[in-house]
Amino acid sequence: MGKNFLAENLPETTVCSPAEVRPFYDDFHGDLMEISMGPHHPSTHGVFRMDVTLDGEIVVKLKPVFGYLHRNHEKIAEGNSYFAAIPYTDRLDYLCSLTNNWAYVHAVEKLAGITVPERAEYLRIILGELGRLINHVCLVGFLLNDLGTSFTPLLYSLRERERMLDLVEELTGSRMMCNFFRFGGLRTDISADWLARLKGYLEGLFARYLDEQDALLTGNEILLARTQGVGVLSPELAVRAGITGPMLRASGVNYDIRKVDRYSIYERFNFGIPIGAHGDTYDRYMMRMLEMRESVKIILQAIRTVPAGEHINPNAKNRGLRPKAGESYARIEGPKGELGFYLISDGSAKPYRFRIRPPSLINLTVLEEICIGQTLADTVVILGGVDIVLGEVDR
Amino acid sequence: MLGTGIIKGLYITAKNFVGTYFNPDERLTTLQYPEEAACIPENYRNFPFLIYDGSDPVEGLRCVACKMCENECPPRCISIVAERDEKGKILKRPRVFELDISVCMGCGICAEVCPFDSIKMDHHFEIATAERFDSLRLNLPQLAKSNEYFRKTHPIDALAVDTKRAEKANKAASKTQSPA
Amino acid sequence: MSLYDPESILSSIAAAFPEITAATLITNTGSSAQHSLLLDKKHAVAVAVFLRDDINLRLDYCSNVTGVDSLKAGYLEVVYHLYSIEKKSTKPVVLRLRTDGREGDTVQVPSLVPVWRSCELQEREIYDLFGVVFTGHPDLRRLLMWDAFEDYPMRKDYTSPEEK
Repeated sequence: MGKNFLAENLPETTVCSPAEVRPFYDDFHGDLMEISMGPHHPSTHGVFRMDVTLDGEIVVKLKPVFGYLHRNHEKIAEGNSYFAAIPYTDRLDYLCSLTNNWAYVHAVEKLAGITVPERAEYLRIILGELGRLINHVCLVGFLLNDLGTSFTPLLYSLRERERMLDLVEELTGSRMMCNFFRFGGLRTDISADWLARLKGYLEGLFARYLDEQDALLTGNEILLARTQGVGVLSPELAVRAGITGPMLRASGVNYDIRKVDRYSIYERFNFGIPIGAHGDTYDRYMMRMLEMRESVKIILQAIRTVPAGEHINPNAKNRGLRPKAGESYARIEGPKGELGFYLISDGSAKPYRFRIRPPSLINLTVLEEICIGQTLADTVVILGGVDIVLGEVDR
Repeated sequence: MLGTGIIKGLYITAKNFVGTYFNPDERLTTLQYPEEAACIPENYRNFPFLIYDGSDPVEGLRCVACKMCENECPPRCISIVAERDEKGKILKRPRVFELDISVCMGCGICAEVCPFDSIKMDHHFEIATAERFDSLRLNLPQLAKSNEYFRKTHPIDALAVDTKRAEKANKAASKTQSPA
Repeated sequence: MSLYDPESILSSIAAAFPEITAATLITNTGSSAQHSLLLDKKHAVAVAVFLRDDINLRLDYCSNVTGVDSLKAGYLEVVYHLYSIEKKSTKPVVLRLRTDGREGDTVQVPSLVPVWRSCELQEREIYDLFGVVFTGHPDLRRLLMWDAFEDYPMRKDYTSPEEK
């Protein structure tokens, strides 16, 4: 039902370019108003600030201001060993530390030429997709909260997240700061019992949650009215501005690093890539809903086919790793977009250069373009649809 | 028809409202902390502690002050000074073992790298203090906890460690016996 | 040899710009073997436009931009990692730009924001943390540090105010 509504009733959006901003004062309209949204604003998902210039209620200019959570992660990592940087990557995008771990160990494995045993690859895919589920569940809940539907969808989402975090905690010892990936595999093996419980949960309560969320919201007229045509991003601009992840695919560009790079063993799994058509906030919301179903598919396939074997390469060195001089850039499809790590080794125990390519930050490049011409209340919704976590934006 | 989406949504909320009342699987229940405590999984990690065998926290301490955890700790929150005898020879036990839990991020790397199974991650989380500097810097007596405590909180891990240590002790004993 | 290998890109750049040496190959001895191309500063924007618009290459997506401080060699480097979304390339094409020195007027490189919009925030970050000045950048301000901050914290010889 949601789909038909989407195609027929999409309103025309007028996007005025910054050149059309009228002078600060004119006799008929009065002043433009400049307001500072954030850093302590509940809807900016952290300490993020936007300097918004308003003409009445319409945004004519918007400048994002960063750095309130800046702790120079890269410098800290350059002063530490390769191994000691793993727990720090948990703190980047703290909603899905599992995928951050993965991206980092992936880059180090490329740098040092470490191979990963087959079982570890399967388990990594299960955990990586579980991280994606946790992230998307959060996003869907908070986006609806930004819309003002306090509080039912958020509570339903957090309830499911809580159940997944219980599983994660049982496995890794921590709900959010997992610190579970190691060079060449994982810290510990995963028991068959845990996998069976994850499978039971995904097939039972989580499948029910997805169906309920669809029935509750996807066709809901209020959600459609608030998100369709809001924050439209054209595919050309999205590619040019380096937007990645669900936001890029919502604009209709078929680009998923899991399919393109075929890193790890993703080519063995059968899953689809949802593609949007309009590039608006509703499509971004739908991308997440559909991606969750695909992630569930991947996890269930992986649990069915996971082989016995080692969970970590016994020859891989974690403590005291000294890769030979060189550099590597490795990327994975994180829940928010392309998460890449660029490492330069000078042969010592510490990375000479440690760089994170943060998808949240780069997805904000176009924030001004997609907000101009919208009302102030819509910028909150657009920001919710972009999906940022300030731990990663500011690093 | 306009409005069917909303009615469908209201049906879902009503179903959840009634369903959670009758079906305990569908709901998350609130625990009346501190009267009731949540069940903590064995892998849960909070801050590290040191294990001693037997009943004497000084004599039975497993730590040999090798400083491996101090060197590997990502935020560098551990500081160890080894005990020396009168001649200045280093003894295999720590004189000072300080752990600043205001810096510690609970990553568990110290427990992972420790070759003597001496440092492990604790379950104890009620550690609020009235002051945030000295009382958060734990010293040796505060950190040392008995192996019985570890067995109680981590039954599976403790069993594995105990068997490993017993095997090692047996091997060492047979080695010393065989030349004699 | 695939289309996106640095050697073949180097030859196609040489074919497009026959009079000049716009790029030189820098080999990477590590296991990843991601070799890079050092661009001549004067022709960097032209080469970048060529790489983006060439029908065979179509490197339309600049994924990662970062700075590197080569303290021993005495220059700062800016590293670009390019992919093609249209052609779905899997290996990064790595471009490098080098400043002449580390102080004063010698820290300038041309900005590639006009070519790839995605460099905007990342080049600002490099300006902020490394002190590389990008000529032609539309909005070159500090990104993460506050405006009154003077030093460049990601440089290797940086000492924090507490240590001074």
